[in-house]
Amino acid sequence: MILILEQLLNGLQYGVMLFLMAAGLTLIFGIMGVINLAHGSLFMVGAYAGTLAAAETGSFWLGIPVALITAAVVGFAIEALVIRRLYARDHLDQVLATFALILLFNQAITWGIGRQPVFIAIPETLSAPVELLPGLFYPPYRLVIIAAGLLVAYGLYLLINRTRIGMLVRAGATNRDMVRALGVDIRLLYTIVFGLGALLAGFAGYMSGPISAVQVGMGEQILLATFVVVVVGGVGSIKGAFVAGILLGVVDTMLRAFLPGILRGMMPADQADALGIGIASMGIYLLMALVLLVRPKGLFAAGG
Amino acid sequence: MSAVLEVKGLVKRFGGLTATDHVTLEVRPGEVHALIGPNGAGKSTLINQLCGELVPDEGAVFLGGTEVTGMDVPARVALGLGRTFQITNLLNDMTVRENIAMAVQAREGHNFRIWDAVARRRSLWSEADGLLAGTPLQNRAHIPVAGLSHGEKKQLELLVALARKPRILLLDEPMAGLGHAESQEMVDRLREVAQTMPMLLVEHDMDAVFALATRISVLVYGRIIATGTVDEIRANPEVREAYLGAEDELC
Amino acid sequence: MSTQSQEFKSLGLKVAVALAIVVLLAVPFITDIVGGNSALSLITRILIYSIAAASLNFVLGYGGMISLGHAAFFGIGGYVVGLLFVHYTDETPLMGVIPGTNQLLITIPAAIAVSGLLALIIGALSLRTGGVQFIMITLAFAQMIFFFFVSLKAYGGEDGIIVRRTNEFLGLNMRDRLTLYYVILGFWAVFMLALWRLIRSSFGTVLRGMKQNERRMAALGFAPYRYKLYAFVLSGMGCGLAGALMANFLRFASPDMLHWTKSAALMTMVILGGVGSFFGPLLGTAAYLVLETELAALTEYWQFWLGLILMAVVLGTRGGLNALIARGVALIFRGRA
Repeated sequence: MILILEQLLNGLQYGVMLFLMAAGLTLIFGIMGVINLAHGSLFMVGAYAGTLAAAETGSFWLGIPVALITAAVVGFAIEALVIRRLYARDHLDQVLATFALILLFNQAITWGIGRQPVFIAIPETLSAPVELLPGLFYPPYRLVIIAAGLLVAYGLYLLINRTRIGMLVRAGATNRDMVRALGVDIRLLYTIVFGLGALLAGFAGYMSGPISAVQVGMGEQILLATFVVVVVGGVGSIKGAFVAGILLGVVDTMLRAFLPGILRGMMPADQADALGIGIASMGIYLLMALVLLVRPKGLFAAGG
Repeated sequence: MSAVLEVKGLVKRFGGLTATDHVTLEVRPGEVHALIGPNGAGKSTLINQLCGELVPDEGAVFLGGTEVTGMDVPARVALGLGRTFQITNLLNDMTVRENIAMAVQAREGHNFRIWDAVARRRSLWSEADGLLAGTPLQNRAHIPVAGLSHGEKKQLELLVALARKPRILLLDEPMAGLGHAESQEMVDRLREVAQTMPMLLVEHDMDAVFALATRISVLVYGRIIATGTVDEIRANPEVREAYLGAEDELC
Repeated sequence: MSTQSQEFKSLGLKVAVALAIVVLLAVPFITDIVGGNSALSLITRILIYSIAAASLNFVLGYGGMISLGHAAFFGIGGYVVGLLFVHYTDETPLMGVIPGTNQLLITIPAAIAVSGLLALIIGALSLRTGGVQFIMITLAFAQMIFFFFVSLKAYGGEDGIIVRRTNEFLGLNMRDRLTLYYVILGFWAVFMLALWRLIRSSFGTVLRGMKQNERRMAALGFAPYRYKLYAFVLSGMGCGLAGALMANFLRFASPDMLHWTKSAALMTMVILGGVGSFFGPLLGTAAYLVLETELAALTEYWQFWLGLILMAVVLGTRGGLNALIARGVALIFRGRA
């Protein structure tokens, strides 16, 4: 029971991370109609920038603003230099140009910093496990991530439902042409949305640093899972990104934690482990297939 | 005799707006049923529901007695529904002849064959050439659609629809954007086609409507306010107020 | 005038094809003089990858479906060869029923069939949506297949399967690089011929219409889903063939073949050569692999430069190498006239 609760929390933490990535990605798809493979690169940039700053200053907390600002600045630069030229292009050009961005970012970091993973320690105040329930000790750092993610989700909810920018974002996700027709400075809106997405990705990247290593390729790993979240949630839907992010985060974590054990009851241990890990890593994709069968446009398809 | 196309109590709402409000109409064999109405009356929305591009919220559509309300576009086409588009909608990189041949190909079938050669399917090309013969497009047969004038595209729209040999034709503003001479030509052509094929004609050009229609329905704010012969519609006071009064060009 | 230029064009095409056949047949003798074994191997790889790239181009360029998951079909083709070989040497049946084999005439059709089946499943699901979702879904399913084979520890897991000997084919000495080159060239030629016919077939014509205007095609009575799915399956089969040939050539099948960057590389080859053109993928594959080889010899960070070039091609040119060559040819002819 304790173990299940612990893994549930782990799943929640992973889900929140996926949500942070998916929120930006789904808005960029929904509003600008651009598929951005380089979203994972912003995750990586945030992680590297924050981690290096933290190593330099010795303060984990100082890394946060550095990660956020760097990711946002890099995001703005990408938008101005590359993405802006892609709005009118077809998806094929978008895929290839942003794939080229991935190559550039990965190689630039390998060049400048090296292939070796960079590590960052959890801040001391958050490293000692706390007892949540009798017998359930849990690392407070992960709780902070969960709290921060939920806070961001609430902030986004307010931003989207209570502000003028949010109104335009909502309108844009359902009907892009309508927003254009309203005479809004669509360019500025695009830049803001892209910058916001970059910011969230950078934040997610830095926060995940102490849990998994900061290394080249970390962006693509989470990007592919994020795609599944966006598809399951429904392109353009923040609510979908949240629900699907949490759902897939929990499902993925639970399968990885418990499936090999369950299979061990049926077959030799080594086979059970291999098969269990295999099926677990396929789990979210199978779930996606299931959702597509029932709702081809995702759980919360925008405009549908 | 039963109607070729029958629409019963069709309703379509977009949010708070009722774009189609309990529309009931029928197209009988041998008739040209014109659908007129001011801009924003919901004509395109209605056409799109008849074709299967939009799903209505209520009501039913019958094609030759078969209910097609839930069917998609290709299924309705298979049952004999043909249409032209208001904003021409053709295969732009293909030639005039190829566009028509594609429609013949659609009708003939055998389209999952991967080892034949379309260039050698003689029946396609002879039928395409036959349809082109005598039309102004005849000596434009090898021009890609992208190189045609607007009027020529409108003519091609009609030829493509005819090549599919439908049982009924929905014409979505076939005169839109045509000059006077071109319109006249189109009217003559449609009159000829109407000999053998019932039509639902959506059109703004009142001269054309009065020249072609056997019956007229008037659509205002998604509702059909009157249906009748040309003379009845001309004389209908409600129509005059709601529609004719608004558009002076009519009289 | 138009028929005259058409005749001229078709004559030019015939000459070009004849020339290409002669050159391809003579390749081993040319590489014998310049470049040696590595050059022959490079050209063999170009032939194999161009089959995969042309297959992708069939759905991408002719059908307008942007699949970012074609590595799955390429990889599965390779794995079919690998798995059948393992069970041939073990003398145990695969999944308890299928006997292993090392006969090319069996492994190639098997690879094509299995990748076609996989394409049917993936295509049936992902074609339910379009646009951005289609890209992400094909990518995601390919990634799922990747994880599946990584977790298959019995078959090497991340390390993949070593095929100790190239499959046997008509009693030929397949260990000889020259023989292997000609066998692969033969498969390539058959594939290209089939593709040439496919594009001009009833189905190929419908598919091209579908890309130009799906709404019009639906109004003619073509149900898009069925046609697109059929194209997707055929395309997957082509990639499976390429994968099976690659596993025979490298004597190796690994999850690397299934990795999503392989899908992106195939797409890059297509766009380098020119989307939707018949010879584009061949040109693009050659450009990509030559570039990769040359850049990798120069610098460890060759992917950086590849990225820059790709970016320049996407943002700067329209129609890739194929269009560039066509423009060049037009310029030369106009200059002479």
